[in-house]
Amino acid sequence: MLDVRGLRKVYDGSGRRVEAVRDLTFTVDPGELVCLVGPSGCGKTTLLKCVAGLLEPTGGEVLLEGRRVDGPPPGMAFVFQEYGRSLFPWMRVGENVELPLRQKDLGKSERRALVRDALESVGLADAAGAYPWQLSGGMQQRVAIARALAYEPRVLLMDEPFAAVDAQTRGDLEDLVRRLWRQRGITILFVTHDIDEAVYLGERVIVLSASPTVVREQLTVDLPAGRDQLHTRVDPRFAGLRTRVYEQIQAAKRGNAADALTESSTPPPR
Amino acid sequence: MRRVLLRLVLACGLPAVLFTVWWVASAGSTDVYWPPLRTILTAFPDVWTADRLRGDVLPSVWRLAAGYALAAVAGVALGTLVGSHRRVRALCEPVLEFLRAVPPPVLVPVVMLFAGIGDTMKVVVIASGCVWPVLLNTVEGVRAVDPVMAETARSYGITGVARLRSLVLPSAGPQIFAGLRQALSIGIILMVISEMFAASNGLGFTVVQFQRGFAIPDMWTGILLLGMLGVVLSLVFRLVERRVLGWYHGLRASARRSP
Repeated sequence: MLDVRGLRKVYDGSGRRVEAVRDLTFTVDPGELVCLVGPSGCGKTTLLKCVAGLLEPTGGEVLLEGRRVDGPPPGMAFVFQEYGRSLFPWMRVGENVELPLRQKDLGKSERRALVRDALESVGLADAAGAYPWQLSGGMQQRVAIARALAYEPRVLLMDEPFAAVDAQTRGDLEDLVRRLWRQRGITILFVTHDIDEAVYLGERVIVLSASPTVVREQLTVDLPAGRDQLHTRVDPRFAGLRTRVYEQIQAAKRGNAADALTESSTPPPR
Repeated sequence: MRRVLLRLVLACGLPAVLFTVWWVASAGSTDVYWPPLRTILTAFPDVWTADRLRGDVLPSVWRLAAGYALAAVAGVALGTLVGSHRRVRALCEPVLEFLRAVPPPVLVPVVMLFAGIGDTMKVVVIASGCVWPVLLNTVEGVRAVDPVMAETARSYGITGVARLRSLVLPSAGPQIFAGLRQALSIGIILMVISEMFAASNGLGFTVVQFQRGFAIPDMWTGILLLGMLGVVLSLVFRLVERRVLGWYHGLRASARRSP
């Protein structure tokens, strides 16, 4: 579905070359929910923007369904961390969700139906007439997710979408993402710096190194598909996976490559 | 209800005081140039008859509207162009700063040379004075489009006219309106000045005629009428702004409540 091959991104700014991403290779299969986690400042956002076609990679390539990405592709939607700045404050919630659909060749009634369906599935059916700034932060991010859903993407990219909401809301939103993923079969690539979130959400967790970024480890999350905040988080298996990712991140911060199990796709022993 | 009443009292309080002071201070005046306010107010209905409103006020307002509309359209269009392209901006900025610094009234004699002394001249003068605040504010507003919003639009394939209509112009709206507001007061000034130079009707023309004919109370009524016109136009402007930028005021109010 999504192929990232040898991705490299170097920023050239005011005489200082910053290598944000060195060499990233991974794939995301159709219908998979993959979490990318790494120490803060490791170029996660850069990577995701390259995947989305919002940034031009310096080297390597990104393939969506075998086609090279060289601009935002139509089958992809992006959910930003800064929900307050991603929704347009001069448009009502319904208009915000409908806006991307206007670029598609859809009838008015079809658009309306998509908007209603998307808002319903994030639990905001009756907020269509409100302005985004009249809603709480968590609700605004739900609107941004609804906008992405209505667009009917095959791949959904999420860039630390819940970093700016409070912990309780975050739990609800995580369950929402799991539910939508299971219902709609979208492929999701989810970037986060929160280790618990990565393990709780993902079917697979890709651990990134510190910048310049490479893939440090890939971990299959063998937790049951039906997860909930109460039971999954106290599951010993959850704790084991969480510890594993935590160790990797700590090692990544120290810049220690010795204990990295690059490219291993096997989960640690139980 | 009480709050509305209070606001009304506050809004009308100072004008009422000033009016009373003027009335009392000028009551016994025998100075020809400072007639009592009572004389001025008595003269008002005699001077501003329906005929005069049609023959002098209407042409003035029409010229102002035409010049202002022209400036608004040209200012927003050029401002969007200059603001969207870094190269164009670098090329135009020094020239714009120079042109803005030229006091618009000085253009009247120049414009007269090629546009004659008719309505065209006045409309051109008004437009050429009003366009700068609109243009420069639009440039700044268009430049300041939020990068996250811009990326959102890009990721959903919103480009070209759709981008302009749904992202760039609304986002620059508050700045554009700030420019339009400045332009409105400049427009009224230029309307009067252009009619003082060369005209056969209009508010500015009439005021000068009265002054030359030593009809001093009549001249004062003209000044009062101009002030009232300014107040009415500013009220209309505010109504339009409240409607168009309702989202902006709401956004700011909600940001103040929860920083």
